[in-house]
Amino acid sequence: MRNVFAKTVTELSDIYPELVMLAGDIGNRLFDSYKARHPDRFYNCGVAEANMTGVASGLAASGMRPITYTITPFNTVRCLEQIRLDICYPDLPVIVVGTGSGLSYAGLGATHHSMEDIAILRTLPNMHIVCPADPVEVRLALHDALQLGRPTYIRLGKKGEPVIHASDPDFRIGRGITIRNGSDVAILGVGNMLATALQSAEQLNHHGVSAMVASLHTIKPLDEELLAGIFSLHKLVIVLEEHSLIGGAGSAVLEWGSLNRVDLRKLTCFGGPDRFLYACGEQREARASVGLTSENISQQILSRLQEPDAPWS
Amino acid sequence: MINSTQLAARFRARVVEMSHAAGTAHLASSLSCMDIVAVLYHSVLRLDPLNPGWKDRDRFILSKGHAATALYAALAWKGFLTEEQLESYGRAGSLLEEHPSPKLEGVEAATGSLGHGLPCGCGIALAGHIKKEQYRTFVLMSDGECNEGSVWEASMFAAANRLGALCAFVDFNKWQATGRSREVLALEPLVDKFRAFGWEVHEIDGHDHQQILQSVQDVSPSRQKPVMVVAHTVKGKGVSFMEDDNNWHYRIPTAEEVQLAKAELGVL
Repeated sequence: MRNVFAKTVTELSDIYPELVMLAGDIGNRLFDSYKARHPDRFYNCGVAEANMTGVASGLAASGMRPITYTITPFNTVRCLEQIRLDICYPDLPVIVVGTGSGLSYAGLGATHHSMEDIAILRTLPNMHIVCPADPVEVRLALHDALQLGRPTYIRLGKKGEPVIHASDPDFRIGRGITIRNGSDVAILGVGNMLATALQSAEQLNHHGVSAMVASLHTIKPLDEELLAGIFSLHKLVIVLEEHSLIGGAGSAVLEWGSLNRVDLRKLTCFGGPDRFLYACGEQREARASVGLTSENISQQILSRLQEPDAPWS
Repeated sequence: MINSTQLAARFRARVVEMSHAAGTAHLASSLSCMDIVAVLYHSVLRLDPLNPGWKDRDRFILSKGHAATALYAALAWKGFLTEEQLESYGRAGSLLEEHPSPKLEGVEAATGSLGHGLPCGCGIALAGHIKKEQYRTFVLMSDGECNEGSVWEASMFAAANRLGALCAFVDFNKWQATGRSREVLALEPLVDKFRAFGWEVHEIDGHDHQQILQSVQDVSPSRQKPVMVVAHTVKGKGVSFMEDDNNWHYRIPTAEEVQLAKAELGVL
């Protein structure tokens, strides 16, 4: 995702003369091509995220289209008040990009984990929250965020994520994308968990369970039409995210369901626990330690389908 | 035409009335920076109230947003706010809140949480630099505000990017909410600190209008260094029984005190 992000902003900087990249002293060599083309529109803001975010607001208030970029926890919770007051309060067109979200940098320790960012940022009025699932969605999300012109947080993984979309889907912020049809279970994959969602669906298929899978790339605003459809048509609705179960996409769906009186017994959320992860391990091991594997997810879905008190039985 | 000294006295009388009428705090903070605000709005800032979004306008950010009444008095005099709007300050439903809102014309940044104005001012100045525009950006901070790390992050950023069209004031009234600013944290030597951070620093009497005017003369996109004006001021300036008495950070004047203050200010 990281490399596609750099390539896309480089292309977009030719189209948008107002685009300004602000980086928090990361991305060594990543933006060389951008810097070569537009040296006056790339600023390394140093290890000073509060200032970087404030600078972005001043640029946006003056007609520029800034993108702030650094490792997710530093670009979100570290400078939360700047995002809240400088960007969201005046509703300015700033794109905040976090790289290495969720457990992407699991091996670096809890300082670099980001399992709370969606929960915290989605409480901010005017904010949009986008979690692209693959490099294709990263490119399309950036295009759409620039079109939107509102405060937008884009949550990236790291590098080397598999391409899921063989061709460009119809990507619009606030509209989920159905990847695979199915009649029993609906699995909403958030961001870099979409690949796991598809693997789970495949495993369920071997057990005779038909699963639809959608990319729920936007957590705010939610795709209400998509949600209404799957809650009425499917026995189970699964939300799968590399984020804490507290306050993330699953919680957002739960809040929506409560307001809209859908049968929330159908909902099961998979995400991270309410604890820090202390042990060494890369993303794969970290996910396994909190149950975010396709094997565990498909197994749990099969168990739920067999529960005697299920709403469909 | 009214001169800036007369204007500052008029503004001071107005904010004393506003504090009393709305029952709002931070009066002494508005009084201490009033000469800086009056000189900037009277003689320095290029603004057009009929075209508040004019792209070539100079920008002013009241980073010490708790002195909002000082800004409102100036915006009303300049024509950005009507007298009726100014009268509505602090009333339910009014856009004139105790800290400046981004919804108000003439307000360049939402302030009230300290340490936000200078980073935002850096962004505005940087946009001018990128677009090769001639406007200047002015930020007014408090001394207590310099406790915030973001002030120093922004100071390094402004110097690194040679934002010569950026000018910041510190309204150095020696007090913050609960104590002397040199005692709460190691604020001094403030002038040396900003100089070490790469700014061109002027140390002035923040109530001397000629000195204020001179300190901003070199603020220009053609310059390489941002300008910091460390302005020595007296909290509560202009009203003898409020001067250098930090109780007036929160106290609200009575009707009688309003009359006394106005008499001292020569505004009746």
